[in-house]
Amino acid sequence: MKKIKTLEQLEQFRKDSQAKRDPKKTVISICVGTGCLALGAEKVAAALKEEIQSQGLVSKVALDSIKETGCPGFCERGPILVIYPEKTCYLGVTVEDVPEIVSKTIANNEVIERLVYKDPDTKKRVVKDSEIPFYKKQQRYLLGNNNFIDSKSIEDYISLGGYSALAKVLSVMKSEEVIQEVIDADLRGRGGGGFPAGWKWHSTRNAEGDPKYVICNADEGDPGAFMDRALLEGNPHSVLEGMIIGAYAIGSNEGYIYVRNEYPLAVTNATLALDQARELGFLGENILGSGFGFDIKIMRGGGAFVCGESSALFASLEGRSGEPRAKYIHATDKGLWDKPTNLNNVETWANVPLIINKGAKWYTGIGTEGSKGTKIFSLVGKINNTGLVEVPMGITLREIIYDIGGGIPDGKKFKAVQTGGPSGGCIPEAHLDTPVDFDELTKLGSMMGSGGMIVMDENNCMVDVANYFLKFLEEESCGKCTPCREGILQMRKILDRITSGEGKEEDLDTLEWMGQAIIDGSLCALGGAAPNPVITTMRYFLDEYEAHIREKKCPAGVCKALIRFSIVPENCNGCHLCARICPVEAAKGVKKEVHTIDDDICIKCRACYEVCKFDAIKIT
Amino acid sequence: MVTLTIDGREIQADEGETLLKAAQKANILIPQLCSNEELEPYGACRLCVVEITHKNRTRIVASCIYEVAEGLEVNTRSERVLNVRKLVIELLLARNPRHPSLLKIAEDLGVKKSRFEAEIKGCILCGQCIRTCREVVGVSAIGYEGRGINKRVATPFEESPPDCIACGSCHFVCPVDVIPMKEKEGVRNIWKTDFPLHKCESCGRYFAPVKQLEYLKEKYNLPPEQFLKCTHCR
Repeated sequence: MKKIKTLEQLEQFRKDSQAKRDPKKTVISICVGTGCLALGAEKVAAALKEEIQSQGLVSKVALDSIKETGCPGFCERGPILVIYPEKTCYLGVTVEDVPEIVSKTIANNEVIERLVYKDPDTKKRVVKDSEIPFYKKQQRYLLGNNNFIDSKSIEDYISLGGYSALAKVLSVMKSEEVIQEVIDADLRGRGGGGFPAGWKWHSTRNAEGDPKYVICNADEGDPGAFMDRALLEGNPHSVLEGMIIGAYAIGSNEGYIYVRNEYPLAVTNATLALDQARELGFLGENILGSGFGFDIKIMRGGGAFVCGESSALFASLEGRSGEPRAKYIHATDKGLWDKPTNLNNVETWANVPLIINKGAKWYTGIGTEGSKGTKIFSLVGKINNTGLVEVPMGITLREIIYDIGGGIPDGKKFKAVQTGGPSGGCIPEAHLDTPVDFDELTKLGSMMGSGGMIVMDENNCMVDVANYFLKFLEEESCGKCTPCREGILQMRKILDRITSGEGKEEDLDTLEWMGQAIIDGSLCALGGAAPNPVITTMRYFLDEYEAHIREKKCPAGVCKALIRFSIVPENCNGCHLCARICPVEAAKGVKKEVHTIDDDICIKCRACYEVCKFDAIKIT
Repeated sequence: MVTLTIDGREIQADEGETLLKAAQKANILIPQLCSNEELEPYGACRLCVVEITHKNRTRIVASCIYEVAEGLEVNTRSERVLNVRKLVIELLLARNPRHPSLLKIAEDLGVKKSRFEAEIKGCILCGQCIRTCREVVGVSAIGYEGRGINKRVATPFEESPPDCIACGSCHFVCPVDVIPMKEKEGVRNIWKTDFPLHKCESCGRYFAPVKQLEYLKEKYNLPPEQFLKCTHCR
């Protein structure tokens, strides 16, 4: 591809690219994001190409019209295949389905009923993706293009308006005007902190020191969170464009993307995107003839959770171990190599082209008083529609969980939703009508965080959940400061005691006291928020803690030391399934007679409970 | 010079000075275990936390890192501060229940014993040894290994440290005496490695590790004769 040297050349390139996309012709998009890949999407894509050739349909669907795209979000039902222009959406597609898809749908426009979405309530079939309830309440300004872009093609990005925000900035906007636009848009950092991005840019621009650095934080590490991965994998140029605009505004010529090495596809696609952007002249010297130069390098992190913390990330970039340092001096003054540094998260950067193209006024029309725009959440746990959802700020937790997420599987009762990652908090049913917004979630003792949302049902023990998150943080603490390193360990040991029935009454006071002292005393935000899962579960589910300590019972039936499995004789018909699945021969009996479970041998693996079809096994 | 208030007392301090230094100069005692005036501020042990109020915002900061500022109000003994210190010393006592320097700090804070399960490690990870080796000696023979609760001070690959000059600075600077160093028959043993000592030409006393003398010779470009005799006989 030839270098684009002027704005006119960019527009010509766009026109040429768009001319190649005939909206009336069939285009098939298939998600090859990490989630769908794991479900075999790559094989489906290959089979599709082969089948179209062997059925002689290449004249109808050119092979380059089979787009391998990024994640459209509905991960629960992947691999996802959408056929345009009809927008026929097929879910859970396998290689075996491919010949039928080609012969019926592609050749004859015939919809295959079994592959389309079936509404669990109305039992109605929904053919078009936009009409699936999962998508109806979403506003997918950031993720929306994932369906329409081959994640490895810069041409696709440009044909959909890509790099037009950069062109606008370089042609008609001064640096200060760009910053003012971002300030006016009230864009708050999506990595968790929620700091106003425009003001951060402003501080970095005005800081003394040269060079200045612009960094993209793609060290996403919260358990169950994959928003940034989906953006960087699916639409890497939107992140690059945001960074280039930011660098122009700040006056930086050097940037980094710090991405964890456990995201191989994100690393591949971002690296390829950088090469393409360089080749076409969006990176390097004299971008689009403006005289402004900027380039970006990729740095791969080793996967330490703490390296998502800005100062630890700088240490890691500098080649040292990922230890945070005190942030009494801001990174905007002294960050990477002690130079002024502007660090924003993947999603924050991806918002920038949108703001520049559509304007701050449009942007502030979405969201709440204090939180503007949309936010991507990864909705996981005990939820029917696992996946990525992009919603306007201010939507309620209930709408996300029930209207978009489809509620809790198997008719179970909702118990809590954990927002904000491991250092966030668990929010109970009573607060489900809270609007999702930086400040509202903080008021509940949780936080927005980077967008992880883990749903829990009646079968989750909240003491066990708190213990799980502490265990994660204990392993991920860098170990530099005492309250975080030793405090989390000792808190976890207390929870271990409580969940194994050895909790003492005074443990609750100790947990509360040390929780506050760890928050106050820790060096960085990891330790400073680590006790949150314990504090919020104690705040909203104290009865569960008390049941463990006083009655030596686990009400949710999770903590092995406090539960026992037994047969309900009136329900047992002697089907023998429990005996067959029991790995230690604790469940036994003669077929067609009431069985028994030997409590002395039982290892409480729950296998019998899960397999019994007659509610004949109870946990007490 | 800036003027600030520490525990109600108005104090003058040099710009760029840490709160810990300013307090020490005013004879206000703040306990700490990882700060050392020969080393860069580190902020790891968190014993030295204080509560500051600046522009109507109150927060807890590490006084060994936080710099003085005009009009700053500092409280070194608020309830929040004392809670953090009590927590920290109890946690450190779980790692090292016996060392007198820790017991003294505990006593001053009114902590009789740690309520936490023992997690005996000896070392309190103040990092003074590693930082002295890097910042003062200039060799970085030791470093951290692992992270979180498994973090520990170690030599590269657990082997004899190739860059160690056996100067013993790590041993001397350790506030809880957990880096052993022994000398016997002209040999100094540190980090499980034997280092031969150099004999004074005059008095015959072993006075310094050969490797350390070689390092100093090279670093300061000094004539070899300089190191033939011990400091007494020179």
